[in-house]
Amino acid sequence: MGSVYEPVDLEREALEDLKAFVDKLLSKPAPGSAGPTGTWRLYKPVIDSVKCIRCGICWLYCPDDVINWAPRELPVVDYIYCKGCGICSNVCPVKAIDMVLEGE
Amino acid sequence: MRVKVLMGNTAVAEAVRMAGVEVISAYPITPQTIIVERIAEMVERGELKARYVRVESEHSALAVVYGASASGARVFTATSSHGLLYMYEMLWWVANSRLPVVMAVVTRAIGPPWNIHSDHQDALTVRDAGWIIGFASSVEEAFDMTLQAYRVGEDRRVLLPVMVALDGFTLSHTCEPVRLPEESEVRGWLPPREPLPFKLEPGSYFAVGNLGPDEVTMELRWYIWRAMERAKHVIREVSADYARRFDRSVHGLIEGFRVEDAKYLVVLAGAWSGDAMEAVDMLRDEGYPVGLVRLRYVRPFPVEELRELASSVRAVLVVDRAVSMGHMGVIAGDLVSAVRGKVTVKNVIAGLGGVDVSPDDFKTMIKGFIEEYESGALDSWFYTEWYMPWVRRG
Ligand code: SF4
Ligand code: SF4
Repeated sequence: MGSVYEPVDLEREALEDLKAFVDKLLSKPAPGSAGPTGTWRLYKPVIDSVKCIRCGICWLYCPDDVINWAPRELPVVDYIYCKGCGICSNVCPVKAIDMVLEGE
Repeated sequence: MRVKVLMGNTAVAEAVRMAGVEVISAYPITPQTIIVERIAEMVERGELKARYVRVESEHSALAVVYGASASGARVFTATSSHGLLYMYEMLWWVANSRLPVVMAVVTRAIGPPWNIHSDHQDALTVRDAGWIIGFASSVEEAFDMTLQAYRVGEDRRVLLPVMVALDGFTLSHTCEPVRLPEESEVRGWLPPREPLPFKLEPGSYFAVGNLGPDEVTMELRWYIWRAMERAKHVIREVSADYARRFDRSVHGLIEGFRVEDAKYLVVLAGAWSGDAMEAVDMLRDEGYPVGLVRLRYVRPFPVEELRELASSVRAVLVVDRAVSMGHMGVIAGDLVSAVRGKVTVKNVIAGLGGVDVSPDDFKTMIKGFIEEYESGALDSWFYTEWYMPWVRRG
């Protein structure tokens, strides 16, 4: 029984489709695919360098990977992309991150 | 090849073992539970070298095999009814990522009221997500379809998830002889899975389905659409190859029964097809020129096959075990659009909630349909009748 597709075309079409499909479905991390998302922020995480014990937990938890941190160093938030979700402030074991209303 | 007497559920578990499935995750639900219990025993005894992940819900079960499939593993899960509905969101993640997950759906009515018996509402309710959906009609076919599901779904021309539906109790818990191929033969026929369409692994970093332009959503669905069209060809090819290799008589998207010279066709899917075939035999003996088409797959829908068969008959009777409220039986709706007004179609809804439909019931339905057609009473194809002989009205 005839199908709309012939086998020879199937192979070629399928491979072309697959490549295009994967290109569209997958994305590699890169800055700013949705623009400077820092403009969405209502509250800004501010790290108290005295309280901070440099554990890196905030770096680990930030869902947008916008905290830069190296072992034993003070984390630095990239405010261009930080959306102000407050997760870092929540997970900080010594409450070293305050969420401060933007514009204050 | 040796013959073993197996229940539908056990036969599916056996196919999973022979397919060398690597990751299984499932949550128990009647009437499916025995499948995943048998697989758990196989893993425990070391007969199947696989990771078996226990979870707290069906949503998680499908999420686990989604992740495992994305990392290149051959995976399996099984569910029924409410469990399938609980998976609904993940069905779309799997389909839209084109991961060749295989899932057995042991069909069962959806409540309320609570009901563990079979109708086809669960499997057909999820038909638009992008899964290939097959309906077995015997224990042996449940075994065969499960193996074929891996070859079809993992084929580079397809790359789509596959659902194998088998009727609760009438197949899942019923013993029938199954001609089992040797494991080595199956391994020869079903090569290991290629990690396509992509592979998640340590060291590679990418996100699946990240927020993007709206056009991407539409384009991805279009690729799935095309893969589904190609799947028609691949199912015909793979099932024919399987039939040759393992000496089976049935293959393709449909099975025709006494369709030669038939003037009337009965169309349906699932285990009750056997009862309907008995009715067709009885009616043939009485001189009625009736044949039957059993849909082996409802997605992709066998449009070409049905259009060709419908063009040579006077009228078609679709017997549905699932209904699309506000329109008609699910298969009837699809069939009517496939044959595009070329033939008169009557639709009967029967067997919902597992209500038994015997060969005699089918005989009554089919005879009524032919008599209505011949008396000229069957002029409105969109009229859907409910077969409930125990209800007296008027
Ligand atoms: S507020 Fe949210 S986005 Fe911003 S640095 Fe903290 S965790 Fe990251
Ligand atoms: S979690 Fe708190 S203490 Fe730890 S590095 Fe971040 S700010 Fe400092």
